[in-house]
Amino acid sequence: MSDVVHGYRRPNPATQPPLNSPSYGSTHARYPTQPLLELPHTLTETSSPIFTPARYPEVTDLTVLENGKGQAMGERIIVGGRLTDEDGRPIRRAMVEVWQANAAGRYNHEGDTHDAPLDPNFRGMGRVFTDDEGWYRYVTIRPGAYPWRNHQNAWRPNHTHYSLFGSGFAQRMITQMYFPGDPLLPLDPIFNTVADEAARNRLVAKFDLEMTKPEWALGYRFDIVLRGREATPMEDGHHD
Amino acid sequence: MTEATPELAPSDALVASAHQTAGPYWHLVDFPEWADTTRHFADRLPEGAERITLAGTVKDGKGALVTDALVEIWHADPSGRYPDQNGDPTAFQGYGRCATDKQGRFRFVTLKPGPVPVGPHAGGNAMQAPHVALAIFARGLLQHLSTRLYFEGEPLNATDPVLKAVPEARRGTMIAKPAGNGTWTLDLRLQGEGETVWMAV
Repeated sequence: MSDVVHGYRRPNPATQPPLNSPSYGSTHARYPTQPLLELPHTLTETSSPIFTPARYPEVTDLTVLENGKGQAMGERIIVGGRLTDEDGRPIRRAMVEVWQANAAGRYNHEGDTHDAPLDPNFRGMGRVFTDDEGWYRYVTIRPGAYPWRNHQNAWRPNHTHYSLFGSGFAQRMITQMYFPGDPLLPLDPIFNTVADEAARNRLVAKFDLEMTKPEWALGYRFDIVLRGREATPMEDGHHD
Repeated sequence: MTEATPELAPSDALVASAHQTAGPYWHLVDFPEWADTTRHFADRLPEGAERITLAGTVKDGKGALVTDALVEIWHADPSGRYPDQNGDPTAFQGYGRCATDKQGRFRFVTLKPGPVPVGPHAGGNAMQAPHVALAIFARGLLQHLSTRLYFEGEPLNATDPVLKAVPEARRGTMIAKPAGNGTWTLDLRLQGEGETVWMAV
């Protein structure tokens, strides 16, 4: 089948989290115990839905609500970066969805019972589209750390969730962006499920002085890489 | 070769970013209307379209209902076609998103997909049976789980290249059954008895 469709490269397992992680309790009853079936890529995997701002309106500034009234509490930040594939090709006009806790470490979600204040001016959801070079950008407040019940005195580091689509459904991905210098990172079971240190550190945004807007907000750069296309059989005779 | 572009760098310096769990608070990006892929079309559905409901439950390894899963579907249109990335963005597309409810149930309204070629140049016996790609995101899933939903009674099921690669005893975990009124049901099991055939995509 692989000779009729140009599929995506398979990841190096060390650069991706396993499904079964003993230190992350929620995986215990949720990871498949049967071996995964390696799915050959077909048109189903190499095609993807099309999202446009006309049908999926942008939310580029999380610090104000739709009516423009009220400012979210917390440290305003600018977050941006580039979405490419593993060959450096920009993922153009892609929808990037983000969601996060507020500055106090509380999600605007009925399931979050952390004893920290909700912010009536902060919903915590954003949606932006990349430009023709794969760049995206949004304004938000820095999310707070919050406790969870995974183990004694467990706290999630500051993070923002990202949901991404490429040009093939095989590139679909949800991940998290972390912040540099966070003392909770070495202690976090979720961050540390990625065995490869370099791969782990690529989930950490970098402070960026050029993105920083004087007298207004710090800038953080977070680039995201989706899977690249596998080499075609004509081009590549050396898979090992 | 046709994909070569000026920005194509002949290096392997870039590595795909790591997945991380969607966690328990992804409802901030859940919009219940997305569970109906026909929402933009009212009655002017594509020719030959059959509106269907896809429903089921998600259970974990202990048999407990998974009430905090985000389920996504992706499938071809009734003619077996996928949207052209440079084509009409308002054409039908078989993408939906649905949260499981307190009973662990998901429910999509969509159009029944047609048979899909394996690849753009495939023909003859390289047709795939009508199917729906499923992606499950949740707390405890460090990467989303992927599988396919097929439809019971489709003649092409017998020759579908993906179904054929699944041991016969487990194929049933991927085949939805008709429940009347255009509803098809398939229950998903993340782990344990009757575990769904999950796929490395």
